[in-house]
Amino acid sequence: MTLSLYTRRVLTNRVGIFLSMCAMAFGLAALLWILWTLLSNGFSALNWAFFTQETPAPGSEGGGLSNAIVGSLLMLGVTTFVSTPIGILAGIYLAEYGDRSRFAQITRFITDIMLSAPSIVIGLFVYALAVATLGGFSGWAGSTALSLIAIPVVVRTTENMLKLVPTALREAAFALGAPRWKVSLAVTLRAVKSGVVTGVLLAIARVTGETAPLLFTALNNQFMSMDMSQPMGNLPVVIYQFAMSPYENWQQLAWGGALLIALMVLAINIGTRILFRQTDLKQ
Amino acid sequence: MMESATVELGSLAIALKVRNLNFFYGSFQGLKDINLDIAHRHVTAFIGPSGCGKSTLLRTFNRMYDLYPGQRAEGEIQFQGKNLLDKKQDVNLVRAKIGMVFQKPTPFPMTIYDNIAFGVRLYENLSKSEMDARVEWALKKGALWNEVKDKLLQSGLSLSGGQQQRLRIARTIAVKPDLVLFDEPKSSLDQISTAKIEELINELKHEYTIAIVTHNMQQAARISDFTAFMYLGDLVEFGKTDELFVKPKIMKTEEYITGRFG
Repeated sequence: MTLSLYTRRVLTNRVGIFLSMCAMAFGLAALLWILWTLLSNGFSALNWAFFTQETPAPGSEGGGLSNAIVGSLLMLGVTTFVSTPIGILAGIYLAEYGDRSRFAQITRFITDIMLSAPSIVIGLFVYALAVATLGGFSGWAGSTALSLIAIPVVVRTTENMLKLVPTALREAAFALGAPRWKVSLAVTLRAVKSGVVTGVLLAIARVTGETAPLLFTALNNQFMSMDMSQPMGNLPVVIYQFAMSPYENWQQLAWGGALLIALMVLAINIGTRILFRQTDLKQ
Repeated sequence: MMESATVELGSLAIALKVRNLNFFYGSFQGLKDINLDIAHRHVTAFIGPSGCGKSTLLRTFNRMYDLYPGQRAEGEIQFQGKNLLDKKQDVNLVRAKIGMVFQKPTPFPMTIYDNIAFGVRLYENLSKSEMDARVEWALKKGALWNEVKDKLLQSGLSLSGGQQQRLRIARTIAVKPDLVLFDEPKSSLDQISTAKIEELINELKHEYTIAIVTHNMQQAARISDFTAFMYLGDLVEFGKTDELFVKPKIMKTEEYITGRFG
């Protein structure tokens, strides 16, 4: 009786392990397949010209993606600069101040909606808000759209991380007579800083590949431009246009751009993993 | 049986007076009409089975319950001429004067030095050398100085369990509170650390008023001058430790200290 129960448990265990291994292999295979396709098609495009020359005109030879790379980095930089403080402060508010207040509940609800909102809707929103009214596509509009996508991610991770802080740590700081803002910034936020940084990096990784919101906001620019008030070149939109084109060299650049984005996102993700492993929650 | 609660402390000065204190967790009453005096520069111990309200009582002294909506206290706690439960009372100031040492050691995520200096910086503007001296003083009071003096800039999280226990004391003492509340761990302390902490309390009582919640009756008997026995939110008996442990006036107290329940 007990023996049959035991063998059954062992069997269930094996079946469970087998199924989860299959699921893991399936997911991993898809990822490796994508990476392999990108590498085999795009690796040859990554040469010196790719990083130094501007996108070529139709029909002309060679060229690179320098204007798109610079544009993407600029817009991502502004997005990071804007969404990090807003996202972290809102997360602190939700975890440390708002708690169960009505305002916090509404904020949380809206954040959740924003998290799942299709990015094309956010692009259209910024188009209607800024592009159509202020007269033109611009890098600022692109960063605005990207920030609207990134902020909720940062808010959510910051709040979730702060909720992991043991009550005892918070109480110990309060018991010394520390005001709430001091407890939040000097003690609890610091206790989870690697988690919060991870949230910021994941948010950036998330918006790095966003195409739809940029189509309506930053549009694109064939030439090198660092003027954020003008249309701005960026990798996702260039990939989208070049991949659909009939020109051989454009398609090559599109593969190269896709590989570059994938490598950037991968690097950010792996970077956060390493960061998180080094300074894990020690409580 | 409440009459015995406000035992005369003789000619002793009173640091803190509790009058008609009731405490509620939502609709559940955690403390029932508590009356008690805490003697200046003496050790008062609170004993009783789990859930009797001793920690709850301690947490009313520094208004810790204020952090949680739904918890409220009624009555009076007189301290330095003011009612601590008064709505207008600045809670942070209360906590700066009434320090609390918690059950769980919780080093702040910063250096050992900053762990001590954090509380001091909140209410005092000290020069670098004054702060250095204060940190050293507090760590010596906490019997930790010799072990950490060469690694003050290491993370507080790097300390061992017993050292973290003493760090929480040094951190509380550093701000020079008038009253120190100890919420002692249920277990988790090794005997050497326990002995060190008891030694520390014995020394601290010359300069500080101490209220301690302990789950260990021998500890209460060893270190306290006065003992309060609590049960189900009531203060059952309060008196000199020697008398309470030797000839308790109330049956329930006797049953508890002789180990018949709890």
